[in-house]
Amino acid sequence: MLSKSQAKTFFLGGTIVTFAVFLALSWTSLSNEVPKRTHEENLTPQVVRGKEIWEANNCMGCHTIMGEGAYYAPELTKVYERRGEGYIKAALMSKTPWSPRGRKMVAYGFSEQQANDVVAFLKWIGETDLNGFPPKPDLKK
Amino acid sequence: MKYRSQKVAYWFFALSMLLLSLQLIYGFIMGFAHMGYDGLHSVIAFNTARAVHTNLLVVWLLSGFMGAAYYIIPEEAENELASVKLAYAQLISLAVVGVIAIVGYHFNYWEGRKFLEIPRPLDYLVVVNVLTFLGIILVTLFKGKKRTTTALVLTMGLVFAALLYLPGMIWFDNQAMDSFFRWWVVHLWVEGVWELIMGGILSFLLIKITGVDREVIEKWLYVIVGLTFISGILGTGHHYYYIGVGKIWLIVGGIFSALEPLAFLGMALFAIAMYRKGEKKHPNKIALSWTLGTAIVSFVGAGLLGLAHTIPQVNMYTHGTLVTAMHGHLAFWGAYAMIVLAIISYAMPNLTGRKLYDTTTGLYAFWLSNIGMLGMTVAFGVAGVAQVYLERKVGLEFGDVQKEIQVHFLILVSCATMFTTGICMYIYEFVKHGRPSDEALVTQ
Repeated sequence: MLSKSQAKTFFLGGTIVTFAVFLALSWTSLSNEVPKRTHEENLTPQVVRGKEIWEANNCMGCHTIMGEGAYYAPELTKVYERRGEGYIKAALMSKTPWSPRGRKMVAYGFSEQQANDVVAFLKWIGETDLNGFPPKPDLKK
Repeated sequence: MKYRSQKVAYWFFALSMLLLSLQLIYGFIMGFAHMGYDGLHSVIAFNTARAVHTNLLVVWLLSGFMGAAYYIIPEEAENELASVKLAYAQLISLAVVGVIAIVGYHFNYWEGRKFLEIPRPLDYLVVVNVLTFLGIILVTLFKGKKRTTTALVLTMGLVFAALLYLPGMIWFDNQAMDSFFRWWVVHLWVEGVWELIMGGILSFLLIKITGVDREVIEKWLYVIVGLTFISGILGTGHHYYYIGVGKIWLIVGGIFSALEPLAFLGMALFAIAMYRKGEKKHPNKIALSWTLGTAIVSFVGAGLLGLAHTIPQVNMYTHGTLVTAMHGHLAFWGAYAMIVLAIISYAMPNLTGRKLYDTTTGLYAFWLSNIGMLGMTVAFGVAGVAQVYLERKVGLEFGDVQKEIQVHFLILVSCATMFTTGICMYIYEFVKHGRPSDEALVTQ
């Protein structure tokens, strides 16, 4: 029967081995995969400014991006492709709550510059390789 | 209680109860908003309610863990806490940081990263707070007469939790990198080191409640926390499927996520086996219910429901939908909320001397909150599956789908009302115990 010291060895050994494998995989992903998949060469200062605005206003508190965030408002990974620049800017610059289907968005009333920055960020996100996410609706007629 | 300084735990538990009550209010705001009643939108927009709801959860759980440590460590180490004054100062600073953060969320003062919304300047205060807490615990432990496995596992969980907070404080320009390291905090907390904390508290409770030999319980504790780390660390991969960090995680995350329920199954079997094996039947039936309950519900909520949507082919469709909320609610409730409520139920009679071991209110609190939460989970699940089908398979617009599934939120809010009634009863019992008293000290 398993002794307490064997159980301890199982815990410590298992933890160290899996953590080492995790670090190695992380290193490979971050150094080889991420730059290619996210097209890091397109990560302009404007995109970064867009990310800052995205975070400063907690957009993830309602929307998801890359499937992460809250489930109150639409997924925005492919919003640039789906809606285009004009629509996104209208929503961002609106002085009254944007509510195309009844559910209200906070009226941020962003400036043209700020809206352009967020659009640049969303366009960049839309071009990342996410292993096929979001899926194409296969039952759509 | 055996040591006077254990009384500090009461105030951490009281803070937990206060924050839990607030968390529920914001939960209702969100539930109603999903039903189409968003009258508070201009004052408390959904993103505010959401950040407050999740952050209050994290803070009340942390406050509960800290209270648990302040209660358990003196008893395990056979030593008074290193500094009671510092522990009170740490409690007050935790409450102050929490309040500033929560108020700030109402005024667009946050960081906008899911679960880690606390603004950067406050992060540093959190670090100081946690270091103070760890200092007190570690000094108490190392000056103590004994260093038990239970105490070491609990402390190891707390130290790792503090260390893992740091990767979340690094700024990345690249959203994929940002997300990658955000999960180092969030996933490795909840599916890693928090399970050590849970395991440590569970082990302490089982030793006290069942009377089974410490050596047997602690041996299995090692096996369970071992399984947790072996599956949980590489299981982080299930968050990396679709965020732009490579294909390898589909395989690694898929395999190790499938193993994650094993740790929870182990925990459930362990708790039940120890209960059956134990000859001593502790009279605190309420604490026993929560202890066995946490082991079983965490297996269902965190283990099985987690497995149900971390299979890569399924997650492709369920990722970022209400299915996640389904798993999230029962997982956090079963694994962490219930373990905190278990240790509070065990500690309160010992701290105050009022032995409310088997009250009707206490048992109703257990059953109403659990049945209410199960109902909420089902409502989230039905809404989530309908959303996945209509939006991701049929291709309907997000807003149109949300209108279709509004009715499920009526059920959700009804079940949440049952849940809240249970929690109110729990808090009523908490208050009825009164304050901790030196008269409750027992010398052995």
